[in-house]
Amino acid sequence: MSDARHSFTGNTAIVGIGATEFSKESGRSELRLAVEAVDLALRDAGIEPGEVDGMVTFSSDTNPEIEIARSLGMGELTFFSRIHYGGGAGCATIQQAAMAVQSGVADVVVCYRAFNERSGNRFGAGVQNRPPAPNAETANFAWYAPFGLLTPAQWVAMAAQRYLHVTGATSEDLGRVAVADRKHAATNPKAWFYEKPITLEEHQASRWIVEPLHLLDCCQETDGGQALVVTSLERARDLPGTPVVIEAAAQGAGPGQEMMTSYYYDDLCGLGEMASVARQLWQTSGLSPADIQTAVLYDHFTPYVLYQLEELGFCGKGEAKDFVKDGNIELGGGLPINTHGGQLGEAYLHGMNGIAEGVRQVRGSSVNQVPDVHHALVTAGTGVPTSGLILGVDR
Amino acid sequence: MSEPDPAADASASTEGGPSLDGRLQSFVGLSTGPTHRAPDPVNLPMIRHWIEAMGDRNPVYVDEEAARAAGFAGIIAPPTMLQAWIMRGLRTSQEADEARARGVETPGSPNDQLMAVLDEAGFTSVVATNCDQHYERPLVPGDRLEATSTIDAVSGEKKTGLGVGHFITTRLEFTDQDDQVVATMLFRILKFRPRPPAGSREAAAAPGTQSTLQAPPAERPKRPRPALTQDNSFFFEGARQHKLLIQRCAECGTLRHPPRPSCANCRSFDWDTVTASGRGTIYSYVVNHYPQVPAFDYPLVVALVELEEGTRLVANVSGITPDTVAIGTAVQVGFEAFDDVLTLPVFRPVVASAASGDASGETRKS
Repeated sequence: MSDARHSFTGNTAIVGIGATEFSKESGRSELRLAVEAVDLALRDAGIEPGEVDGMVTFSSDTNPEIEIARSLGMGELTFFSRIHYGGGAGCATIQQAAMAVQSGVADVVVCYRAFNERSGNRFGAGVQNRPPAPNAETANFAWYAPFGLLTPAQWVAMAAQRYLHVTGATSEDLGRVAVADRKHAATNPKAWFYEKPITLEEHQASRWIVEPLHLLDCCQETDGGQALVVTSLERARDLPGTPVVIEAAAQGAGPGQEMMTSYYYDDLCGLGEMASVARQLWQTSGLSPADIQTAVLYDHFTPYVLYQLEELGFCGKGEAKDFVKDGNIELGGGLPINTHGGQLGEAYLHGMNGIAEGVRQVRGSSVNQVPDVHHALVTAGTGVPTSGLILGVDR
Repeated sequence: MSEPDPAADASASTEGGPSLDGRLQSFVGLSTGPTHRAPDPVNLPMIRHWIEAMGDRNPVYVDEEAARAAGFAGIIAPPTMLQAWIMRGLRTSQEADEARARGVETPGSPNDQLMAVLDEAGFTSVVATNCDQHYERPLVPGDRLEATSTIDAVSGEKKTGLGVGHFITTRLEFTDQDDQVVATMLFRILKFRPRPPAGSREAAAAPGTQSTLQAPPAERPKRPRPALTQDNSFFFEGARQHKLLIQRCAECGTLRHPPRPSCANCRSFDWDTVTASGRGTIYSYVVNHYPQVPAFDYPLVVALVELEEGTRLVANVSGITPDTVAIGTAVQVGFEAFDDVLTLPVFRPVVASAASGDASGETRKS
């Protein structure tokens, strides 16, 4: 594969972000959440709906592009694409939008994700009711569901147990991720856990969901929608807002990749998908971990944040437990992560709210602004084929 | 007014009366009862008892000098002691309970009435779920507290791990001798319909069904079925015959699990199976607590077992507890039929003699 440079890097930009409130019961249809988020993102960008000609979302999203297009009075669409693998799709929506813009297939592409994941279909409820219509995806659950391994938390916990065993990391090291997220959420009025920080002791005292994961190792479940607008950097410079340059965007699936259960290859202490994304991000951007001022690392469950710090090269293998100590991942630390509060603290929007926070950090408009952000890194769902982004200021 | 039917759907209207939800919401904003007056002022002896019981060694609660060094005017009471100052004492509580048990009618407070409404609707159990305290200033010896409480919120019907129920949030406002608010507290309880033990007759009757007595004896809910395809069904067929099968490339002999249509090593689509020895070690494991699915017993140990042939598979482990399960434990496969069609491998720890070289393949008897 050619990693020298992706043609869209440095030539495309995120120019708008918009989100609904994040709640436990939106009281509205998922479609309405999607339309509201897209509407707000376009207003933020200063772009009329009629100028949108491309749309990207998750294959797990229930809101067809054409429904949103009709709702907002968009015209002809020339590009629509959906990305698979749950939360792994997040940053890839931006990548596909950037590729479409760079290739001339579309001029303005909206990326969106909206759901009533808390009041409607809850992922955390597990797959026990999944009808076993036989196909390659449902058959995959045959190796887990009959044995009671039913939920994302349980799938992640199996790898995490091995990671703790091998690296000597402890539940408290996982807890430091939760404490950092909740500290940041505590000062973010949009966060569900606004003004509700937690201590490491509270993390340790929270009940087991699946050992070795406590309740406070698990992200919340959220109703809401988030949208982002991508166009060319050239166009972005003519818009009212500050362009946020797409400096790198990549998708990755690792060797032996499974859907949340990559248990059969390697030592369960790495994320092959994130290793692939990391290599591409650094090679295509020409940047290195030292160039990143802040990162949004996908945090459905705390263990994979530690894995990601290692796969992205912010620290060595097995060293994340030391990296997260002493507030290093909190505001004021060496690498503040998840400054919006992450999915543990702000909202679980399948990672799309994390991209919006990356945009705000580069714009300089985050409520938890890190000083002098030139480059922010954002990742998508882990344990599944995933994606990542580096966003930067327009020079 | 008609009696609410406990078996009726709690959210539906009962004939001739307002809906349960409507009745519950009518309590929101009402005082729960008379003002609570602290029997004693905030005082050092009681603070000493508290920090002793709590094991709290912070000196600002007992040492004037330390308190001043920390920026206070003098010693302060532990903030979380807030509610202790207004507690009415064990005997008063017991007397009230006994009077109720004797059927002595007391004018019911709105709180008592709310509890009665929920009791009638079948939500007979109660558990405290959480408590948030917000402090305006530290309490100091000599402060005399009063607390008023109001019903802050009553939730709609919620499904919880304990059973279906309603959350009730009570808001307490604490004032001092100068009528200044010193703290507020939100206290939440769950009034719920206790869930019958899994597998019991009552458990078989879904919530909202009219009768539990005529229901046939419940079978345990079945484990989730595997979705079977031409690629994976051999494994479950083998399990029914008490064989642990591993897919093998017929061309190059590479073993693979989970099964796939072709060999990643040599691209052959031809495959057969080998019967595993059933010996392996626990490579990783989890102990599941939530959510609890009726087909399983919790806490549930699920392990990733590395077979001596080299492949790994997920399976349950019996004869082991959450306290004794460990990575590296030697295990041996057995089989358990969970229903007419589903038989699965279940591993057991290998007994010491087998672990030290007796490769008889016998599973441990317990």
